[in-house]
Amino acid sequence: METYQIYSLTSAVLFVIGIGGVFASRHFIKKIIATIIMGGGVFLCFVSFAERDALSFADPVPHALVITGIVVAVASAAFALALARRIYQLTGEESFTNDK
Amino acid sequence: MKDLPTSLFPALLVGLPVLFATLSLFFRTRGKALVGLTGCLLTAGLSLIAFVEVTQRGTVIHILGGWEPPLGILLRMDSLAAVFIGMTALVGVFISLYAWRYFRAQEAATGGFPLFWPLWLFLWAGLNGLFLSNDLFNLFVTIEVIGICAVALAVLSGKSGALFAGLRYLLAAITGSMAYLFGVALLYGSTGTLDLGLLGQVLEPGTTTTFALLVITLGLMIKMAGFPFHFWLPPAHSSALAPVSALLSALVVKGAFYILLRLWMEVFGVSLTYAAGQLIGLAGAVAVIWGSWQAFMQTSLKLIVAHSSVAQLGYLLMIFPLLILAPGVTAGSADWLSSAWTAGVYQVMSHAFAKASFFLSAGIIIMALGHDRIESLRDLVGHMRITALAIGIAGVSLIGLPPSGGFIAKWMLLKGIFLSGQWWWAPVVLGGSLLTAGYVFMLLRLAFAPAREKEPFRPVPKSLEVCALLLALGSFLIVLPADYLIQFLESSEIFGSGIESIVEGGADGND
Repeated sequence: METYQIYSLTSAVLFVIGIGGVFASRHFIKKIIATIIMGGGVFLCFVSFAERDALSFADPVPHALVITGIVVAVASAAFALALARRIYQLTGEESFTNDK
Repeated sequence: MKDLPTSLFPALLVGLPVLFATLSLFFRTRGKALVGLTGCLLTAGLSLIAFVEVTQRGTVIHILGGWEPPLGILLRMDSLAAVFIGMTALVGVFISLYAWRYFRAQEAATGGFPLFWPLWLFLWAGLNGLFLSNDLFNLFVTIEVIGICAVALAVLSGKSGALFAGLRYLLAAITGSMAYLFGVALLYGSTGTLDLGLLGQVLEPGTTTTFALLVITLGLMIKMAGFPFHFWLPPAHSSALAPVSALLSALVVKGAFYILLRLWMEVFGVSLTYAAGQLIGLAGAVAVIWGSWQAFMQTSLKLIVAHSSVAQLGYLLMIFPLLILAPGVTAGSADWLSSAWTAGVYQVMSHAFAKASFFLSAGIIIMALGHDRIESLRDLVGHMRITALAIGIAGVSLIGLPPSGGFIAKWMLLKGIFLSGQWWWAPVVLGGSLLTAGYVFMLLRLAFAPAREKEPFRPVPKSLEVCALLLALGSFLIVLPADYLIQFLESSEIFGSGIESIVEGGADGND
């Protein structure tokens, strides 16, 4: 097995763990962490494709895209955490319940 | 692609709202609203000028900063993009005027929500960018801009119900965009390009492409609240402020649909099969029936309107089975393609106008009564004639009675369904209309019924009611230029195209 295949497979596993976590867990922070894991999987997948056609140097485009993606993911995660914190301050709740 | 006429408009359509959004951040409450409203009016004007430009010169492009793709970003404005941008401008300008008056009227109690303006302008820039984008990654960035702005707008009121709904919306949006990005990574890995046109040519059918199609469709279905991923939409749309609800349901969800349509028709032609089309159509059909039924069962006005969005978005998914042809049918002999495309575009437009009007009317009623339980709509006609009229007109368009835009959409959808011989979709279209008529007439019955007890209707600015009424009328007026509009849309390469199935059976599980 080549190195990039190991990365690709790991990324798929991370993505599945993340998407499962988002749907399965109820706690705000767990859900947010799950989206971050999903993001990690996606970025790893992108980077693993940078080593294509046995080039002597890595393809720069995936790296540029991943940098942008990470910025976006960090911003969304920060926003989600801010919302979760505000909900906790207002209501004292820290997870989704069925009636909300 | 690069030999098309260049124009500055695509860049300005994204740049101008961003400029005014940033500018408005430097002002205090009143100034923010003033700068924001100015920005909205200018952006709307610019969008209409750009629309006219495309009608005269055909598809125009703009290469940002002179950096040619693949390094730079190319913006393309064809007639489909022009129609979506024009619709955003018309709906956006009325919502902006309404928002200005609405927030002014409540300024003393709430502070006037000045952050609405920069967020709405950033959202507008994101939407314009989305319609103009021509590569997968650019689309990702624009849906993220739209998603974050939309959630920030949805939680603007700061109430705990809105925050819960907003967090759920944000988590759904992040999940959707990560799934989309995963698909982008797979496509880039297998082809080495992100350009939509080029991808359509070089993409080969195979496991990777099918998997990419699957995750991208999954991500976009979550974003556009397609069944069964609609769970976040009703709470988020119903708990937001009135102008925000109108923006979210009229414009934001259409963005994800636009990408889905573009990608399915332009990129994924090779790996789409008849079964995939039937499956996404089924998701749409269930959404139509389930959403309409849920709307019928609600007791608060905003929840009715929000659930009805789920149903109306379902109609949009139902055009896909008509566009993906059965094995053995060629695009040249399929004479229903144009009907199906017309149905899609008219459904987007009439829903945008009618639903925006509906949510604005709901805002007026909440302002007058302090709540939106439908029992209190009794004697609405006696107290607020214009709002009652707006609800009636918008409702008629949602049902799809002639001569509304909704009628053209549903008529063309039925025409496409019968011409293509896929008769099994017809009962869904008719049943959906019937259920829609059920909840619209329920509201109208209450509006005409005499009040049981005197409920105090607080006075509401007339200009708010006029905004809602004009939007409702808009859903009828879009019928007038129908001939011209369809002729214009046909100049776009993608309008009227269909996908010919090569392999029988095969891929499934696309929702």
